[in-house]
Amino acid sequence: MSTVKLTVNGKAVAVDVEDRTLLVQLLRDHLNLTGTHVGCDTSQCGACVVHMDGRAVKSCTMLAGQADGASITTIEGIAKGDELHPMQAAFRDNHGLQCGYCTPGMIMSAIDIVHRHGGQLDEATVRTELEGNICRCTGYHNIVKAVLDAAGRMKVSQAAE
Amino acid sequence: MYQTTYHRASSVDEAVSLFGKSSEAKFLAGGQTLLPVMKQRLASPSDVIDLGKIKELQGIELSGDTLTIKAGTIYYDIMTNADVKKAIPAIAHLTSVLGDPAVRYRGTIGGSIANNDPAADFPAALLALGATVKTNKRSISAEDFFQGLFTTALEDGEIITAVSFPVPAKAGYEKMRHPASRFALTGVFVAQTKSGEVRVAATGASQSGVMRVPAIEAALKANWSPSAIDGVSISASGLLADIHGTAEYRANLVKVMAQRAVAAAR
Repeated sequence: MSTVKLTVNGKAVAVDVEDRTLLVQLLRDHLNLTGTHVGCDTSQCGACVVHMDGRAVKSCTMLAGQADGASITTIEGIAKGDELHPMQAAFRDNHGLQCGYCTPGMIMSAIDIVHRHGGQLDEATVRTELEGNICRCTGYHNIVKAVLDAAGRMKVSQAAE
Repeated sequence: MYQTTYHRASSVDEAVSLFGKSSEAKFLAGGQTLLPVMKQRLASPSDVIDLGKIKELQGIELSGDTLTIKAGTIYYDIMTNADVKKAIPAIAHLTSVLGDPAVRYRGTIGGSIANNDPAADFPAALLALGATVKTNKRSISAEDFFQGLFTTALEDGEIITAVSFPVPAKAGYEKMRHPASRFALTGVFVAQTKSGEVRVAATGASQSGVMRVPAIEAALKANWSPSAIDGVSISASGLLADIHGTAEYRANLVKVMAQRAVAAAR
């Protein structure tokens, strides 16, 4: 057992876990943040994507101990109170989900894509960069539309700040 | 995953000392292979020694005609590094088609070559460019380093610290990506050194892991152009065959990927 100290959605936490605990298990089983999903458990589907120090990583492919000292943001941490994050709002408005299982990972990856590319985002880039996130319902069409829509909204909200 | 004990090393020396005190330890770099393998219970190290926070294993340096990438550098940092893009753009390109964005934030060059997966991308770059692998004990040429499937010259407790690449006159890398795993179904790295030597390495093709392709090297030495490879015949003998492609299919891919790599080389 080890104590892992990290910041999750802005709150400092210390959690006693077995050394073999994965970051996603710490989030879901110890902190009850079940918005982050486990899909394939083989690093391919991206349902478990969270942000570690601002970068989108697969939380099923990290030991909790590797995140010691890091700042983690999960899907539960991106809205401002009742106001959805622009990416969440764009997924809702563009019908970017059906069953919703992949959605938390899609949204966390998509925010990272927008941060990396800013205004340079086009459809081909979004499709290529989403290759680490698998959706079995939508055929990706509306997901891609949502990400492009959100990229515009995020630019506007950044400019306003 | 079986029980294990996690250690975070703050220096190479500390990592080596932790390794010596454990019965069945494994070094953990980015963990993008080791952790999935542990989750499948195909590996059960008693101790996992995390190299991810060791500062001396981080960084990229271009000095004269040598590009040195420290072993713990993540793919994303290699892909976006100005010196890499300037000196060996083929390496920046290789990194951009390796895994997916989330994997590229965690995976490292040292982890990739230490694992020496027969379909990994970086072994082809090292072999084609004639790179040198630096460890905490010695320097090893790429030829001597890669010794077959998942096998390298590394001894127990030896840690890769950096890879040094001679800057080539031209180089290119192209691969047929497996759409799910994003490993190379076959990938070919072509390089023309500053002294005029041509070196070609293929990954994902051979049953013995990364390999040089002398027939294509000879054709390109005579005429550096994609069409020079038209007449080359690659034997399917000793090539990988699986549900994704026969040995004959991969033999053809070696040619086609080499042609594309030459066309893309700069």
